[in-house]
Amino acid sequence: MAEITGGPSTTSDEASAPTRGSQAWRFVRRNPTLVFGLVILLIMCVMAIFAPLIAADPFSMKPVQRLRAPSDAFWFGTDQLGRDVFARTIWGARVSLAVGISVAVFSVLVGLVIGLFAGTVWWVEAVVMRFMDGLMAIPAILLAIAMVSLFGASVMIVIIAIVIPEVPRVVRLVRSVVLSTREQPYVEAAIAGGAPWWKILIRHILPPTIPPLIVQATYICASAILVEAALSFLGAGTPPEIPTWGNMIAADRIYLSRAPWCIFYPGVALALVVLAVNLVGDGLRDRLDPRIARRM
Amino acid sequence: MLAFIVRRLISTFVVMAVVAILIFLLLRLAPGDPVAILVGDNASPAQIEAVRKQLGLDDPIIVQFWAWASKVLVGDLGISIFSNEPVSKLIGQRLEPTLSLTATTIVFAVVTAVAMGLLAAWKVGTWIDRLVMAISVLSFSVPVFVVGYVLIYIFAIELRWLPVQGYRYIGDGLWDWARHLVLPSIALGLAYIALIARITRTAMLDALAEDYVRTAHAKGVSTRSVLTKHALKNAGVPIVTVIGIGVALLIGGVVITETVFNIPGIGRLVVDAIQTRDYPIIQGVILLFSGIYVIVNLMVDLTYTLLDPRIRT
Repeated sequence: MAEITGGPSTTSDEASAPTRGSQAWRFVRRNPTLVFGLVILLIMCVMAIFAPLIAADPFSMKPVQRLRAPSDAFWFGTDQLGRDVFARTIWGARVSLAVGISVAVFSVLVGLVIGLFAGTVWWVEAVVMRFMDGLMAIPAILLAIAMVSLFGASVMIVIIAIVIPEVPRVVRLVRSVVLSTREQPYVEAAIAGGAPWWKILIRHILPPTIPPLIVQATYICASAILVEAALSFLGAGTPPEIPTWGNMIAADRIYLSRAPWCIFYPGVALALVVLAVNLVGDGLRDRLDPRIARRM
Repeated sequence: MLAFIVRRLISTFVVMAVVAILIFLLLRLAPGDPVAILVGDNASPAQIEAVRKQLGLDDPIIVQFWAWASKVLVGDLGISIFSNEPVSKLIGQRLEPTLSLTATTIVFAVVTAVAMGLLAAWKVGTWIDRLVMAISVLSFSVPVFVVGYVLIYIFAIELRWLPVQGYRYIGDGLWDWARHLVLPSIALGLAYIALIARITRTAMLDALAEDYVRTAHAKGVSTRSVLTKHALKNAGVPIVTVIGIGVALLIGGVVITETVFNIPGIGRLVVDAIQTRDYPIIQGVILLFSGIYVIVNLMVDLTYTLLDPRIRT
């Protein structure tokens, strides 16, 4: 897609004075969605990290002030136990972001290792890929429900339960890139030159998998945040005493008609974070993976 | 063509076997006694002994697996801890609401999404295209339960157009049944629509760039006919594929939607089982839903042969 950036006067301005500011501005104009997503994500991360400084105590209950509408004292109102919904929404960002980022990192690492080594022995590849097909057929939310009911509810189990169904997608992606790289002349040249197999793997096979994996990692992060919230909401995720957006919505859903703010604000926060991560993913895909960008 | 079908059937069987092995191993890997997990805390010693014998925990693991799998194959999914009834019977009782919800959602979502994708590809680069893409990114980001509560708040609580929650059996009146399914179907279908609309747009753009489309235009075929008869037909394979893959999205979504809208279906059965720690139900529903996913995708692959004669060879 060709984009026309500015008229002739601005181009000459930029050419004569390529200051750091104008370069940054050009980046913003060329990648509006990527920058928008990054800004939202950055704000959310800062709020999550500095939650104790920004927000009040998310656990303090004021039974006299139950289900109060948003006001100057309580920006997002109070919930059924008189807790500050604003404070809980800010604190809730911690679990969501932590789960999203850890799931993305773990599933990409595990999937990368399996994907790279699966191809070294032919029968290993067949077994591993069939195993991955089977894993993909099990619905993620149900697998997580089963694991939480067997192993008990904790943030760690939730992360593992979300990582497992994501791994096959990463393995498939890595396999497809590796299979096409393996046919390249420079790989054949390296083999003919007598380079050890691990050197070929790290120098030639690994690098081309990185850009699509970064894109995939952001999408995994978005879906992990959604699944974590869904599991909390269903009562099969993060223990209910920890303020997460899913837990907040689950706890106050019966007060929907009396106190919609209890559900509205965590819901909006959740949607905003996932939207931001998805926009970053789309932006990265357009920059890093032109092959897919053209098709989407 | 026969070779294609046979190959596809074999790989489906392999995938189902892997699913069964994984689910079987999950229970054995859990900390504690599998018997205790399967009978619950309030079981009598006689019950415990019966289940222990049934599982054959002293046998080699292969024998245990075969004993379990051969029962699953004939539809015996074990006994619920909480209600003491066969899991297959409990699932059967909940079948109608879940089938109603998914069927209405699929019909509504596929029609809407294909129309949206078609429109976006036809008007590519215009504000219509951008609007469709924006809606699809947005609906991919908002969780099912948030959409559900927003819909309930606007259309049931504020406007009072539709019922807040619940389900009416189809035998008790078609109108009431349909009214109760409107909001759940929209909530469940949104992400599915986003997925299908995106792929439809891409596939249509590819098809519209083909020579036969230009030829059709040149010989004076109406735009409508070019879009639906020439382009859409050739864009069929990726669209049908994504309809099949998206079923995974629906299966996860059903569990959440039934909880939000208080629909007594299979999804609610499994969510209630979380609270009562009723593992046999959870295991049974996983097997059922994974099986549905695999079979739907098998059917999708087989429809390729109808849609695209090139695959038949």
